[in-house]
Amino acid sequence: MTSLATSTSAAEAVTAEAHEGHADLRLFGLATFLVADGMTFAGFFAAYLTFRAVNPLPAGSTYELELLLPSINTMLLLVSSYTFHRSGRHLLLGQMGPCRAWLLLTAGLGAAFLAGQMIEYFTLPFGLTDNLFASTFYALTGFHGLHVTLGVICILLVWFQTRQGGRVTSAAPFGLEAAELYWHFVDGIWVVLYGILYLL
Amino acid sequence: MTVASPNDFQDSLQPQGWLRYFSFSLDHKVIGLQYLVTGFLFYFIGGAMAGVIRAELASPISDFVSRETYNEVLTLHGTVMIFLWIVPVVNGGFGNYLIPFYVGARDMAFPRLNAVAFWMIPPAGILLIGSYFITGAAQSGWTAYPPLSLTTPALGQVVWIVSVLLLGGSSIFGGINFIATVLKLRRPGLKLMQLPMYCWAMLGTSILVVLSTPVLAGTLLLLSFDIVAHTGFFNPALGGNVVVYQHLFWFYSHPAVYIMVLPAFGLVSEILPIHARKPLFGYTTMVYSIMAIVVLGLVVWAHHMFTSGTPPWMRLFFTIATSFIAVPTGIKFFNWLATLWGGKLALNSAMLFSCAFIVNFVFGGITGVALAQVPFDIHVHDTYFVVGHFHYIVYGGTVFVIFASIYHWYPKFTGRMLNEDLGRLHFLLTFVGFNLCFAPQHWLGLNGMPRRVAEYDPSFTTLNQISSVGALLMAISSLPFLYNVLVSAFRGQVAGDNPWNALTPEWLTSSPPPVENWIGAAPLVEHPYGYGVDEETLSLEAATGKDLWSGAGRR
Repeated sequence: MTSLATSTSAAEAVTAEAHEGHADLRLFGLATFLVADGMTFAGFFAAYLTFRAVNPLPAGSTYELELLLPSINTMLLLVSSYTFHRSGRHLLLGQMGPCRAWLLLTAGLGAAFLAGQMIEYFTLPFGLTDNLFASTFYALTGFHGLHVTLGVICILLVWFQTRQGGRVTSAAPFGLEAAELYWHFVDGIWVVLYGILYLL
Repeated sequence: MTVASPNDFQDSLQPQGWLRYFSFSLDHKVIGLQYLVTGFLFYFIGGAMAGVIRAELASPISDFVSRETYNEVLTLHGTVMIFLWIVPVVNGGFGNYLIPFYVGARDMAFPRLNAVAFWMIPPAGILLIGSYFITGAAQSGWTAYPPLSLTTPALGQVVWIVSVLLLGGSSIFGGINFIATVLKLRRPGLKLMQLPMYCWAMLGTSILVVLSTPVLAGTLLLLSFDIVAHTGFFNPALGGNVVVYQHLFWFYSHPAVYIMVLPAFGLVSEILPIHARKPLFGYTTMVYSIMAIVVLGLVVWAHHMFTSGTPPWMRLFFTIATSFIAVPTGIKFFNWLATLWGGKLALNSAMLFSCAFIVNFVFGGITGVALAQVPFDIHVHDTYFVVGHFHYIVYGGTVFVIFASIYHWYPKFTGRMLNEDLGRLHFLLTFVGFNLCFAPQHWLGLNGMPRRVAEYDPSFTTLNQISSVGALLMAISSLPFLYNVLVSAFRGQVAGDNPWNALTPEWLTSSPPPVENWIGAAPLVEHPYGYGVDEETLSLEAATGKDLWSGAGRR
């Protein structure tokens, strides 16, 4: 407490008592939101699988996709989940240097994934409105890519906040934990998406 | 160190007095009343639209408004009443006001998110209603079924989608808040099975909101791509599939019925024991019934689609699942009747509306079970029978409970009572008008009058005119109500803190309550329905050691 607070410390003590500060529920709230977000994807997946089961594609179109690039992308995301986990471990141990390095690496992997996605978009033989599969493909991967973009921005934000004197410290790790939970969620969604869109 | 009133610690940047109702306030009571008043504004707007519809249908030819206007008004009426009136009021309004009291908290779990959720509603409402005046509103009904929604004017449809996405987001944020508050913010010592029933109703509702609303959001995104980017998800001309839209739409919109009705079940479970002076009958079965409705409510959506080429196994499954919902719902009804049985009933306005709710909802429930049966549904699908059925559920059910709740909690909101005579007049006009308006629609539907039309066969004229007279009565009934709530806020009889001698926690503080709900610690209410029970067994002492209930508060 700084010297500024001396005159108000009594009032603050009463305020603290009156507010009865409750446990930090922000991660719980975020997890609930991710359940909701996951349901959006579930709706998209259900729509895609139904389209695929009952709506034949026009002649000449195919569900076949190039597998190499998306498989590399999948590996990138899986590794990025691990690097984020390492970053979180270092934060809790108070080792800010390694924590920040792993964070940057995670953001880099996320950006590499997005670059790979872009390369795939530009080399695909179909456009958004070519057929039902094409539309669904772009809607699903695009919606997921939006999540990855948001995730990379969040990671960079957290990276900024872990600097000397920033908001995110080993005593106040919420920012990093929230971004990590979200990142694992986005990775998990990608694994399902990869399975039904590319492998099925 | 002196203990000062919590009022001294308000954020000094927050406006005080009536201005705070127009601010980004974080107080759950302010937000609750913001939801409530905003909801009533939209109720009167949606009601005026219903008036236009009934005026048009008073004669068999299209003579009151143009057909396009009729379609716009029809679409806006449905959307406004569902997304801007019932869902925000029974969830956001009463939920925000009551749930923190019921769990013994000072506020909701995420007050800022709460304020954000409310302030998403006015822009959405302005967009939706403004679209009628500026670009022309959507014309495809509140269901926005493609391919109709792809062929009606695109701009209005896109504005409709943006508005519904905003309202859905608001609803999800609210749901997250209620789940966290009920599960995680309970006062120490308060067990889940000691919570007032409305907490359980809101927990169940919020689970439905979180699981189903995002699916609607995703679906409407795809629909907007179909309109704006000319993709073909739901456009048969481009190889798309309209039935997939219907599945995804009803995956939200059937649970939406429970999102509108479960909170009403909860509210009425609070009102009946207090005015019957008896404990709520069958608390545990009530809790399990709510959870059963939540689970079953998620797997019955395709009963809206029996005429959409659904395969026989699907029809069978959804008929059986839907019929099963009658079981937990029936349990709740018998519990309410058993609560009333042998009670010392005070038939005031709140009680009259609550009892009428039971009657109306049983009727709507029975027609609902009938509609779940495939052969019957195919006969009356998309007729006025369906219109009659769901108005008995949402108006006869939920709106009657909203009025009951206003009469019940108005003293808590304002510290003053509503006028009983005006309340009974309001009830009489509403009850007669409502039944006059919607009962004949069942006959119309059985005889084949389709819904969503501006013109009909002249043989249906008499019943339609009866229905329109009922609608007029309902419009008139809002006059004594409006006068009552506006004037009583200033001239009403002073209520005192606990005019109903209630035991639920919101009455165990002053009326209106202080900023942080209680001066001192929150009371531990282990028996919210302990009416007629020996005082010694009730353990009503607050953690402070002060008995808040002794003296004038108890019978």
